[in-house]
Amino acid sequence: MAAKFETPTLKEYLEIPHTRPGAMAESKAYVAKPEHNTPLGFPGELAEGWEQKAVARLGEIVKSNRAVQVFLDSCVKCGACTDKCHYYLGTEDPKNMPVARQDLLRSVYRRYYTLPGKLFPKLVGARDMTKDVLDEWYNYFHQCSQCRRCSVFCPYGIDTAEISMAAREIMDSVGQGQKYTNEIMVKVHKIGNNLGLPGPALEDTLLGLEEDVKDETGVDVKYPLDVKGADVLVVTPSADFFAEPHVDGLIGYGKVFHAAGISWTLSTHASEAGNFGMFVGSSANLQKIAMRIREAALDLGVKRIVVGECGHAWRVAYSFWNTLIGPFDFLDPRYPVPQHICEFTYDLIQRGALKFDKSANDDKRVTFHDSCNVARASRMGDMPGGQFIIPRAVVQASCNHFFDMAPETIHEATFCCGGGGGLLTDELMEVRVKGAMPRMQALQQVVEEHGVTHIAAICAICKAQFTKVLPYYQFPMDMIQSVHGLVSKAIRLGPVNE
Amino acid sequence: MSAVTVLYALLFYAATAILVVGVARKIFIFARTPQPLKIPTTPAPTTRAGVWWRMTREVTVFESLFKSNKWIWLFGWVFHMCLFAELAWHLRYFTQPVPVVITWLHWFTVFTALGFVAGLAGLWARRFLVDRVRYISNPSDHLMLALLMAIGLSGLGMKYLMRTDIVAVKAFFLGLMRFDWQPLPADPALLVHLTLVATLMIVFPVSKLLHAPGVFFSPTRNQVDNPREKRWTAGWSAESKSGQAG
Repeated sequence: MAAKFETPTLKEYLEIPHTRPGAMAESKAYVAKPEHNTPLGFPGELAEGWEQKAVARLGEIVKSNRAVQVFLDSCVKCGACTDKCHYYLGTEDPKNMPVARQDLLRSVYRRYYTLPGKLFPKLVGARDMTKDVLDEWYNYFHQCSQCRRCSVFCPYGIDTAEISMAAREIMDSVGQGQKYTNEIMVKVHKIGNNLGLPGPALEDTLLGLEEDVKDETGVDVKYPLDVKGADVLVVTPSADFFAEPHVDGLIGYGKVFHAAGISWTLSTHASEAGNFGMFVGSSANLQKIAMRIREAALDLGVKRIVVGECGHAWRVAYSFWNTLIGPFDFLDPRYPVPQHICEFTYDLIQRGALKFDKSANDDKRVTFHDSCNVARASRMGDMPGGQFIIPRAVVQASCNHFFDMAPETIHEATFCCGGGGGLLTDELMEVRVKGAMPRMQALQQVVEEHGVTHIAAICAICKAQFTKVLPYYQFPMDMIQSVHGLVSKAIRLGPVNE
Repeated sequence: MSAVTVLYALLFYAATAILVVGVARKIFIFARTPQPLKIPTTPAPTTRAGVWWRMTREVTVFESLFKSNKWIWLFGWVFHMCLFAELAWHLRYFTQPVPVVITWLHWFTVFTALGFVAGLAGLWARRFLVDRVRYISNPSDHLMLALLMAIGLSGLGMKYLMRTDIVAVKAFFLGLMRFDWQPLPADPALLVHLTLVATLMIVFPVSKLLHAPGVFFSPTRNQVDNPREKRWTAGWSAESKSGQAG
């Protein structure tokens, strides 16, 4: 691995570093080209007069979004958040402290929209909207994975994710978008999924899966596509169609549906659960990308919608779908809309409808990584905190050896994988590797104490990120597992498979 | 009527007007601004009553801050509780007869005045000693602490060193409230104390002190976690065509 940066060394305990100003000042995400911007309704590139446009857009956002208004006004700089961001802990760059990241935007808000900022800019840290400020925004708002860990610890609940979405929205509105995210949104609009897999390719893949599962189990498990009249529409991140370990999860979903005898289908029109519209705070793109799911559900005439293993997609589905594409009065009211695949499997386990042979996973000692958007921006089941209980229950139904990581690094305090929020791109590898340090440190601890061999997750971004960063920390890349990959191994399907 | 009395009478009318109008305006803006999406930081309560309880814990025992950092919590909580106690204790200058409940505070005020200053000192020390907090501090953050500290110290000064005629002070404020001005004693400590308090009232609506009303409007804390059960729309999400697409 030819890294141009030094991978942090894992210590026995997580240490809060001293600030190293400018440590990540050189980190740059590729800027979107006009062809990634114009199809999304953004200007192609930065043009004359962008400063006024940016300031005006900020004013509109503040007027139309209470969170941004309240968060920009309420921070007292108490410092509670300063040691909570995995990017600060991993990079030591003080601009990666949540409050300092917010201040990049807050300083401009103060300058143009508050009295003290207009009169005494130096006194209150207010700044003019200049190219330097924009560059700083571009740099550091692409070192935020919008994981919301800071919002748990802020006495006013200030959520840097909301601030970073607003900042990216402003940057997009003046033509300074990020290539990775915008290119993907163009693909999802044009082809139907983030990876740009056309319908025939999907069909091929799914047929291949059916053959593999037949070889493995001797059972005809179906992976149906565009089947009208199926009971359940499954919407999953497109990485599930081919990437490792994601695809093991998809195989697992199919086995669960088969064992439960419930008909299901995937959709070419909505072959993507992910919604990068959220990452850039673009309400129009967020809604348009989500709308494909409603259209697919209506078109296929399904009764329920189940969402596969994806963190931010589950946030969008759980928290935003009803708002954006509801009401779902055309679906079966006996089930929550949408339902997470873990909720679906958990219900079947509770009802005794699934048979497991946990010993199939006896080669593994497993821990579970709470993905940030699931942990801090959604729920499963009908109890607050069900998002922690249910996936663990599914993991523990599938394997004998389960060990949680340290309590201050899981549940609502979980550390981000380091690759969320639109950072899962190679040019940001340094911030991704360093941002993963706190999670890797917690992992190292259970590896040493309990001999943990695998870490299970329910997020496509986490899985892709871990596959890349685990080796930097001397862990094997296949240590990362899909929760339904574990289910897939342990579930018993019929006489042959028993 | 002395010039001092006139000056401070006008100052307190102006400061009160600015505080009330300024904060009311900001609260109106917070309340008017729509929150288009559901964004509670989860796990969050699934009922309205649960949200009330969460908010009560947040503003009384500073639950999130406690989770975050025990030192900031200790200094911040002590400072705020002492501030509230002192504010209540000062109500005796504005009421006649003084409500019995307020007189009970007499037993605490020995500690609250000191706690107020000690809490502030702890918070201020962090701005110098902790490099992360030093980095995020603007001049205005230091000035705000200096202002509050000076209010506390000038108050303590009057309590223990340069006592002032508090009966006359009370007559002055009761007079202000009845538009029947009474003379204000021209003691330096008192005038400093009052000038600083008026300054605090004036900067409140345009400063970070807005966290006081702000916390109640924070969507991550005040929203119910029930987006699947109850359809939420506000602002652009209410205006845009959603369900009609089918």
